[in-house]
Amino acid sequence: MDVELLIGIFPQVLLDGIILGFMYALIALGYTMVYGVLEFINFAHSEIFIFGAFVGVEVLLGLKSIGLLDGLPWPLVLVLVLVAGMAASGLLAVTVERVAYRPLRGAPRLIPLISAIGISFFLQDLIRLVESLWRNAFNLVYPTMDVLNLRFELSETIDVSVKSLVVIGGALLMLWALHLIVNRTKVGTAIRAVAEDQAAASLMGIDVNRIISLTFLIGGAMGGAAGVLFGVQYGLINPYSGFIPGLKAFTAAVLGGIGNIPGAMVGGLVLGLLEAFAAAYLSLLTGGAFGAEYKDILAFSILILILIFRPKGLLGEVVRERA
Amino acid sequence: MIRSPIALALVGLSALAVATFPRSVLVFLFFQGSLLYVFKARMPEPLRWGLLAVSLLVLMPTIGYFNSYYLEVATQVGIFVALALGLNIVVGLAGLLDLGYVAFFAVGAYSWAIFGSPHANIIFGGESFPLAGWWFYVFLFVGLGTAAITGILLGLPVLRLHGDYLAIVTLGFGEVIRVLANNLDKPINLTNGPKGITPILRPPTPFGIPYGEFFYFLALLIVVAVIVVNRRLEDSHIGRAWEAIREDELAARAMGVSLVRMKLMAFACGASFAGVMGVLFSAKQVFINPESFTFLESIGVLAMVILGGMGSIPGAIVGATVVTVLNLQVLKGFSLWLNELKNAGVTILGFSLADLPTQFEPAKYERMVFGIILVLMMIFRPQGIFPARRRQRELAH
Amino acid sequence: MIRHRGYLVLALVAILAVALLPAANLDAQGKGTIKIATQSPLSGGQAALGEGIKLGAQLAVEKFKGTLEKQGFKVELVPFDDQAKPDVGVANAKNIIADKDILTVIGHLNSGVAIPSSEVYKEVSLAMISPANTNPVVTDRGYPNVNRVCGRDDVQGVVGSEFAHATMKAKSVYIVHDKTPYGQGVAEFFKADAEKKGIKILGFEGTEEKSNFDPIVTPMKAKNPDVIYFGGIYDQAAPFFKQSREKGVKGKFFGPDGMDSSDLTKIAGKAVVGMYYTSAAGPASELPRAKAFVEEFKKKFGKNPEPYAAEAYDAATIALKGIEAAAKGGKMPSREDVATAVRKTKLPNGITGDIEFDGKGDRKKALYFVLQVASDDPGKWGNNKIVKQLAIAAPAAPVAPKK
Repeated sequence: MDVELLIGIFPQVLLDGIILGFMYALIALGYTMVYGVLEFINFAHSEIFIFGAFVGVEVLLGLKSIGLLDGLPWPLVLVLVLVAGMAASGLLAVTVERVAYRPLRGAPRLIPLISAIGISFFLQDLIRLVESLWRNAFNLVYPTMDVLNLRFELSETIDVSVKSLVVIGGALLMLWALHLIVNRTKVGTAIRAVAEDQAAASLMGIDVNRIISLTFLIGGAMGGAAGVLFGVQYGLINPYSGFIPGLKAFTAAVLGGIGNIPGAMVGGLVLGLLEAFAAAYLSLLTGGAFGAEYKDILAFSILILILIFRPKGLLGEVVRERA
Repeated sequence: MIRSPIALALVGLSALAVATFPRSVLVFLFFQGSLLYVFKARMPEPLRWGLLAVSLLVLMPTIGYFNSYYLEVATQVGIFVALALGLNIVVGLAGLLDLGYVAFFAVGAYSWAIFGSPHANIIFGGESFPLAGWWFYVFLFVGLGTAAITGILLGLPVLRLHGDYLAIVTLGFGEVIRVLANNLDKPINLTNGPKGITPILRPPTPFGIPYGEFFYFLALLIVVAVIVVNRRLEDSHIGRAWEAIREDELAARAMGVSLVRMKLMAFACGASFAGVMGVLFSAKQVFINPESFTFLESIGVLAMVILGGMGSIPGAIVGATVVTVLNLQVLKGFSLWLNELKNAGVTILGFSLADLPTQFEPAKYERMVFGIILVLMMIFRPQGIFPARRRQRELAH
Repeated sequence: MIRHRGYLVLALVAILAVALLPAANLDAQGKGTIKIATQSPLSGGQAALGEGIKLGAQLAVEKFKGTLEKQGFKVELVPFDDQAKPDVGVANAKNIIADKDILTVIGHLNSGVAIPSSEVYKEVSLAMISPANTNPVVTDRGYPNVNRVCGRDDVQGVVGSEFAHATMKAKSVYIVHDKTPYGQGVAEFFKADAEKKGIKILGFEGTEEKSNFDPIVTPMKAKNPDVIYFGGIYDQAAPFFKQSREKGVKGKFFGPDGMDSSDLTKIAGKAVVGMYYTSAAGPASELPRAKAFVEEFKKKFGKNPEPYAAEAYDAATIALKGIEAAAKGGKMPSREDVATAVRKTKLPNGITGDIEFDGKGDRKKALYFVLQVASDDPGKWGNNKIVKQLAIAAPAAPVAPKK
C-alpha cells in the first residue's frame, strides 16, 4: 500500500468531500423543512433540485447565444444564474404543493407519499420532454467559463480551482441566508411555530397554508441553488441525475435529525465527506476489490444503520409533539 | 340476461378480428377489453369461468400463432400480475410500503441465471455448469426460497419502522441489490456486473411445444397458483392479522397478534412470488442484467397495485394488465404509428411531423405515464379501480 | 355495480377513441413489403451516433431499393431505438421478429446490446449486419446470421497499445472503462498488449458514473500517468476528460472508437484537442469513395455524416443485395435464405472499402485508423487527421463455436 499516495491525495479528497457535502446540505434543507411543517417526505424534491440545474443551463446557453456570456463580468453571470435557478425551483415547489399535496392534506400518510413519487416521475420525464422538443437533446452541458478553471497552487500537492471556491462560497452564502431567515425574521418564527404545533400556530393568527407554501418556496429555492452549483461543478446534467443525490440528501437530513435545520447542514457535510473518502480510498485500500461504485450504497447503508440504532439522528428530531 | 350473449359475441368477434388483422394493436386491445368485460360483468359464474378459460387456454395461444409478439405481451402480463399480487400482500394487506420490491424479483432471476448458464463455472471453476435443463423446474422452488429468505432479511431491520421511513429504507434496499448486482464482478464474479449473464438455459418443454407457448402457459399456471394462495391467505387468520396490523399496529398487538412473525411472513410471502417469477423471467429472456431491476420497475409494480386497488386480488390483476399493456402496446404502438406518419410526411397544421425530433417518442415516456397514474389515482380515487371492500369504505371521499 | 359499469364504459370509450386514429396499423400486413430494420440509440447520450446509423441506412435504402421495387415489392426502413440498453434492445428484437416483413436488421451501436439481441434474431435466423459493434464475442459465437462491417476490439486494442508505445512513447498508462462489454473489452485488450510491451499500468478502474468523476480523478492525478486511456463512449469520456483537465491532470488522453463523435468536442471543448483515438471507421472525408456519399448525405439530411453513417450505408447496401439475391423468382424470400445470401454477398465498391465476410461474419480485411482531434469546434470533427491506417484480417476464433 502506497502510504505516501494515500496521504498525498488527502487534501484533494477533503476538498471534494466538502463541496459534495455542501451540495447535499442545500438539498437536504428542502427535505427537512417540509418534513418539519408537514411530517411528509417530499419525494419530488430531487426533481426540483435538478430543475434548478436545467434552468441554470438554459440561462447560460441563452446568454451564450446572444454573446453576453463572455461580455458580462463573471460574478454577475453566476449571480444571475443562481437567482434564476432558485426562483424557478421555488416556484415549481410551490406549484407542486398546491396541485398534488394540498388536496391530500388529511389523508393517511401513504397517499401523499405515493402522490409525491408520482410527481417525481412525472417531472423527470417532463423535463426530458421539454428539452427534447426545445433542444433535441436532454444531456445538457454547462458552458465552460474559463475563469472558473484557473487553479491556485497552495503547496506542492494541493491546488484549488476558482470553481471550487465559487461553489463553496455560494453554498455558504445560501446557508447563512437561510439561517438568518429562519431565526431572525418573523416569517422564520412563523415557520418554526407551524413546525412545532400547527393547531396552536393557527390559533395565534398564523395563516398556516401561506406558511406552508412559503416553506416549500424556501426549501425549493435551496434545492435550486444546489442544482445550479451541481451543474457548474460537474458540467453535465440530465433529467434523471437528480434522483440519487436527492435520495442521499434525504439520508443526510435523517442523519442530522429530520426536521432539524442545523441537523440537515451537519448531516449533509458528514455524508459528503464520508462518501468522498469512501470513493477515493476504498479501491486503494482493498486493492481494487471494491471500487468507487460502492459509494452509492454507502449512503443507504448508513441510513439503515441510523434508523436502527439512532432513529432520532445526530442532532435530534424536530417534529410535532404527539398528543 | 343479455350480458351473456354480449360477452360471447365480444370474445368471439375480437378473436376473429385479431386473426384477420394480426398486426393491429387496436384490435388486440379490443380483445383484451372483451376479456375485461367477461371478468367483471354480471353473468352466470360457469359461463364467466368457461369463457375466461377458453380465451386464455385456447384463443390466446392461437393469437400467438398469428403474431408471436402478442404472446410475449401476454406472458409479460402474467409475470407482472404475479408480481402485483405479491406486492399486494405486502402493501395492500399488511400495509407495509415496500418501494424496493423488484429486489426479490432480481434474486430469483439471478439464482437460475447463475446456475443455469456457464457463468457458474467462473465462480466455482470446472466445467460442470450449466445444470441440465430440467433443473429449471427445481429452481422455481429454489428461487421461491431464496427470495423468501431475502424478504425476511429485509424485514428484520425494518420491523420497527413506519410509513415514510419504511418506504425509504425499502427503496434503499432495492437500490443496494441493484448496485450489488452491478458490481459483484469482483473480487468474485458472482453476477458479471452490467454485462449481465447469458446464455441462460431453457428447460425441455413437455410435449415439445415451442418456447413462446411454454412460457405463456407456465406463467398462467404460476399466476393461478399465486391467486389460490393469495385467496387462502386473505381469508385465513394470517390475512386478518395482516389487515389488523395495517389498520392499527398498537391495537393489533394488544389483541395478541405477533407483529414480528406476521410482518416477516408478509415480506417472505410477497417476496416468494417475485422469486418464482424471477426464475421464469431469466429462462425466458436468456439474458439478464441489472438494468431490468431498477427503481422504475419497483414503482411500476406499485403503480399496478395502486391503480387496481390495494388489497384486492382482482384489482391487482387488472392493474397489472392495464399498466403492462399500456407500456408494451399502447405507448409502443403509438410510437410506431407516429413513425409511420413521419415517414409518410404527414403535416399537422403546417408543422411537418418529420421535423419532430427523434428524442421525442411516446414509448420513452413510460415514467411520465406512471407518474400521472399515481398522482391522479391518489387525488381522485385512492382506493383503486376495483378496491377491496373494506378499503372502499375507508378511502372513498 | 353502477360504478364498475362506468369504468368499463370508460375503458371501452377510450379504446374506441384511440381507434379513431387513422387505420395505418390495419394495412401493415401487405404481401410484398420488404422491411429493413435499424436498431441503434436514438435518444440519450449516444443519440448522435445512433442517428448516424439510422440515416446512413436510410440513404442506402432510398438509393438502392429500385431493383426490388421493380419486382413489385415495397421497400421500407423501420428504425428502432434501443436507447443503448440491452433490455430495450431485446424487447425491440422480439417486436422485430414478430413482424414477418422485416428481413434484416442493421444494428446495433453498442456491443452490450447487440449480443443479447442477436440471441433473439438467431431464433428465427434473421440476418443482422452491424456497422459498429466491435466486441469479438459478437461474431465469435459463430452464428450464421450475424455479420459486421467494422473491425474488432481485439485488434483495435492492440493497435492502440502499439501506438501508445511506439508513437506516444508512453511509459505509464491509467486505464478507465465503462463496464460494458465494449468498453471493458477494448480496455482489457489494450491493457494486455500494453503490459507485454512493458508499459506500466498504474490503474484499471471501471465506472458507470456520468457526472461526478472526482473520486476517480483524484487518485489518478496523484499517480501522474503519461497516458490516460478511457475504454468507453464519448458521452462518458467527455465529461471525464473535461473534469480531469480542470483538476489539473497532465497526462495525454487516448481512447477507442467510442470517442469518434463530434459531440466529444461539444462536451469537452479544449480538453480533448490534440488527443488521439483509434477507430474502425475512418472520417468520411478521407475515405476514397466517400466524397460523393458526404455530398449526398448533406443534401438529404442537412448535416455532415457522423461516424458509422458510412458503415451503416454499406451495411444496408449489402442487406439489399442479399435480399435481391434471395428473392430470385420474385417471391418474398425467407429469413434463412436472406441470412445465407448476406453472408455470401460481396461489396467491392463500398464506401468503407471492399467488403467480404469470412466464415464467422467478420470482414475479411478490416480497416483501423488512429486519428487526432484537430479542433474544439464540433463542426470540424471531419477534419481530424488520420495519423495511421492499417488493414488487418480478423483473428481466427480460439475455440470451436458452440451452438
